[in-house]
Amino acid sequence: MAVKSVETLPEATVLFAGDSGDGMQVTGTQFTLATAYAMNDLATLPDFPAEIRAPVGTTYGVSGFQLHFGSIDIRTPGDEVDLLIAMNPAALKVNLDRVRIGGTILVNSNTFEPKNFKLANMKSNPLEDGSLDKYRVIQVEITRLTRETLKDFNLNQKEIDRSKNMFALGLSLWLYSRPVEPARKWIVAKFAKTPDIRDANLELLKKGYHFGETTEQFVTRYEVAPAKQPPGRYRAIMGVQALAMGIVAAANKGGIQILYGSYPITPASDILHSLSQYKNHGIVTIQAEDEIAAIGTAIGASFGGSLGITGTSGPGVALKGEAMGLAHMIELPLVIINVQRGGPSTGLPTKTEQSDLLQALYGRNGDAPIPVIAASTPSDCFIVAYEACRLAVKYMTPVILLSDGYLANGSEPWLIPNPDDLAPFDIQYAEKTNKVVDGENVFWPYLRDETTLARPWARPGTPGLEHRVGGLEKQEGSGNVNYEADNHEYMIKIRAEKIQRIQADIPPIEIYGDPDADLLVIGWGSTRGAIEAAVSRSNLAGKKVAAIHLRFLNPLPADLGKVLSQYSQHLVPELNNGQLVKVLRDQFLLPMVAMNKIQGRPFGPAEIAEKIAEMIG
Amino acid sequence: MSDEKPDSNGRKPTLPPGSPSAGKSPMLPPGAKAGPTLPPGAKAGPTLPPGAKAGPTLPPGAKAAGSKLPPASPKLPPGMSPKSPESTEKLVGGDGSSAATRADFTSDQDVRWCPGCGDYAILATVQRMMPELGVPREKVVFISGIGCSSRFPYYMNTYGMHSIHGRAPTIVTGLKSARPDLDIWMITGDGDSLSIGGNHIIHIMRRNVNVQIIMVNNQIYGLTKGQYSPTSEVGKITKSTPFGSLDHPFNPIALVLGAESSFAARTMDRDPKHMKEMFTRAHDYRGTGFVEVYQNCNIFNDGAFFQFTEKETKSDRTIYFEHGKPLVYAGGSKGLRLDGFNLESIDLENGQFGVSDCLVYDETSRDLAGIMSRVYWKPDFPQPFGVFYQEDRPSYDDMLHKQINAVIERSGKGSLQKLLEGGETWEIE
Ligand code: SF4
Repeated sequence: MAVKSVETLPEATVLFAGDSGDGMQVTGTQFTLATAYAMNDLATLPDFPAEIRAPVGTTYGVSGFQLHFGSIDIRTPGDEVDLLIAMNPAALKVNLDRVRIGGTILVNSNTFEPKNFKLANMKSNPLEDGSLDKYRVIQVEITRLTRETLKDFNLNQKEIDRSKNMFALGLSLWLYSRPVEPARKWIVAKFAKTPDIRDANLELLKKGYHFGETTEQFVTRYEVAPAKQPPGRYRAIMGVQALAMGIVAAANKGGIQILYGSYPITPASDILHSLSQYKNHGIVTIQAEDEIAAIGTAIGASFGGSLGITGTSGPGVALKGEAMGLAHMIELPLVIINVQRGGPSTGLPTKTEQSDLLQALYGRNGDAPIPVIAASTPSDCFIVAYEACRLAVKYMTPVILLSDGYLANGSEPWLIPNPDDLAPFDIQYAEKTNKVVDGENVFWPYLRDETTLARPWARPGTPGLEHRVGGLEKQEGSGNVNYEADNHEYMIKIRAEKIQRIQADIPPIEIYGDPDADLLVIGWGSTRGAIEAAVSRSNLAGKKVAAIHLRFLNPLPADLGKVLSQYSQHLVPELNNGQLVKVLRDQFLLPMVAMNKIQGRPFGPAEIAEKIAEMIG
Repeated sequence: MSDEKPDSNGRKPTLPPGSPSAGKSPMLPPGAKAGPTLPPGAKAGPTLPPGAKAGPTLPPGAKAAGSKLPPASPKLPPGMSPKSPESTEKLVGGDGSSAATRADFTSDQDVRWCPGCGDYAILATVQRMMPELGVPREKVVFISGIGCSSRFPYYMNTYGMHSIHGRAPTIVTGLKSARPDLDIWMITGDGDSLSIGGNHIIHIMRRNVNVQIIMVNNQIYGLTKGQYSPTSEVGKITKSTPFGSLDHPFNPIALVLGAESSFAARTMDRDPKHMKEMFTRAHDYRGTGFVEVYQNCNIFNDGAFFQFTEKETKSDRTIYFEHGKPLVYAGGSKGLRLDGFNLESIDLENGQFGVSDCLVYDETSRDLAGIMSRVYWKPDFPQPFGVFYQEDRPSYDDMLHKQINAVIERSGKGSLQKLLEGGETWEIE
């Protein structure tokens, strides 16, 4: 066995890339699990093609999984890739620009042949034409080694070739000194019913690991020490799981049945998949016939005293607009989740973007403000989902929750919360009449709470509180249809005022970074990790910069104006063509600087740090 | 179904007397088959201002030559005056103990339909029927979409929602799924359910959510002032189709049957007794009880159904059919028999055929329902009214909660703490 040196790294970024049929998501997920076991902090970024099975070998069929891990605080999936594992030429071509100069590229050399160069539109063999000179290239015959390993197994060629990702996984686990046990356990459970495939995968995992040890190609093996994280019990969590659990937490703490109505759409479908498993947690799910039906079922449930939730992505929100207006008008609690993706129209279904903010804020007919709340990390989706439910009920209003493709599919270690620490979620239904008219006790469905301006929520089945709601303008108090000029103006204003009063539930803004900064970076949504990592780096480099992150986009925090006024310069990085920046300029009349990236990928800290340096020198 | 003759879309564009376009001949595209057109200026009853009591038109499909014109003044629809004396009459509830009255189900809001509108009769029938159903008022919910008839919930003193155009089926699906204990009625129109809400109506049918749907069909858009609807006959002259509409109409019963409806019935605004019977049967059915109601819009489509609803022609032009009874109409003088897959109208008085030759209707037969549903605006056949089809099929909400209960039985009530701690976890000290 060759003698290997061991180098300890503070952090590393690995990217697994191959054909969509190569099992790169599984490989990435299992590597992540092993990394979590090694107690590193981590962040992941899966990157799927829009096509389910694009033609083999083509660039548009490339599927990737990026993972950034370290003994330090990890905030993003990584600026640059230290190790790219490319299962074919197309995967190399698509991802080469993400690899750090001097980084390592491990290729399955068996796939580097003319047929695949043609499929990937490559003129020459990159392993020979000098185009990879700036990188350390390791060629491993993964296909041949896989076939060799499994030649005595009772599997056909297709089954054998499909297993080669386990060889790659074993090799990567060895390279970064990760435990093999989690992957072994997973294989045993996953293929319990197909022992031949199970054994083949276990064998390949082992062979891949041993290959690292024996081959002369690797002289160095890496170690990444455990990160310093607060003590407690952890799990790895994806944003979409956290979001679904936040909804379950709301059902549990509010003691309320939740109905989730949804129509399949990328990247929101996984919320439906998760929630449909939680039937014993008070969650009812309906896969509706379309986006409008999905929100309709949710509104129906809320009218019945349950909490209706609908989840979708931007195109679906566009279809739900009229129904959202109805929910605003009839003042029923409702949560609309938008897992944003690249737009407009069908856009980039599998890529991340933050381009539906203005749609969330303004995308309805009439003056129909709806609270908008955005998650900032995969695990933050839990709290934000819970808050959205709580506020919807407290203020009797639809609430829009913005997530995005990166948050939904990205994962990170999560200190498992204690349900007792969640904010109380009290629900009070109307039980009695609330008004005397002509000596008669009656129920007025639009008689508001003085503090929150919420109207009472009377459930069908409650005797004496029979009432009608609808999309026509209401008379304040009685809720009867009313077309009068003054009443309409009053109702528009009072509904807007109610939304504004949610400010009472927004905690004071926390400032991240240098307290005496000149420049303030303002972010929202999934850019938080990249912005704060950039600010930390810039502070270390002596730059006076700070950041704030907005969870509430409507209403904006009450102290935002005051905070903004304390800085002379403002930078607003967004994964869109400039949306929050418009809102802030409009409300605060400050010359904000926009920084926009619209490439279907999250920000890396480096690019933001560069912009900071450019602004304050 | 094979009984579709080429003239099936040839329903005569009926022009209500006094309508803005009366007197104009509909212009049809070359090759389109139009039924007999009432010649301009033909005596179709006196021209009356909109809203006044209008006379029925010549029944579409009837032969213009030699047919007698009915007298000009049919009765006002029953129940048109919502505050008629009977509104306070006490009725005994289904369990024999409650003493709810029609008044208990009447809200304090002024009814705002046009005078003479068929919707009044439907509302009155429903308000009168409610106490008899014996469901506590607070458990009753009316949900509608948009359109004239969709104002209905405002006039019922129950829980209710006047929602958005075409989407009522989605709201009732959500409400019934969340609250299976409620008794939910959905009110919709031909435009609301068959045009903008077409997708939802077919899906609620296949799901079989346990609610009642009253689909008020007046073959016109009333609230938007008189455009043709998805049930309007080809060649309809309206503001949006000055040269005649081109769209082939839907046949609502055939449509819902095609969408896997489990209960489909038809009735008419001028027959409160039959309406009540159909509504009651829809209510008693555990699944989506769909009832199409022919409703006269006396402002924009007056007389659309008069051949079926007015006593001069009703007997010949309609058949009230019932499960287990022979298909007999025209006061027993005519019947329908099955010749292969085709229905045939037979004369029961000329000695050739007797009642025993008539088809005995079986509402549990989807094939018969299919055949019967295609008897639709045919000049030589009576229009059928009654329950076309009833199927024994579990409702969506029943199955939904059965499934939920089965999961709870198997895995126990979910624990939040356990869920959060699920999957692979590790401890950091
Ligand atoms: S327009 Fe027609 S349907 Fe509408 S209320 Fe008037 S008569 Fe009735």
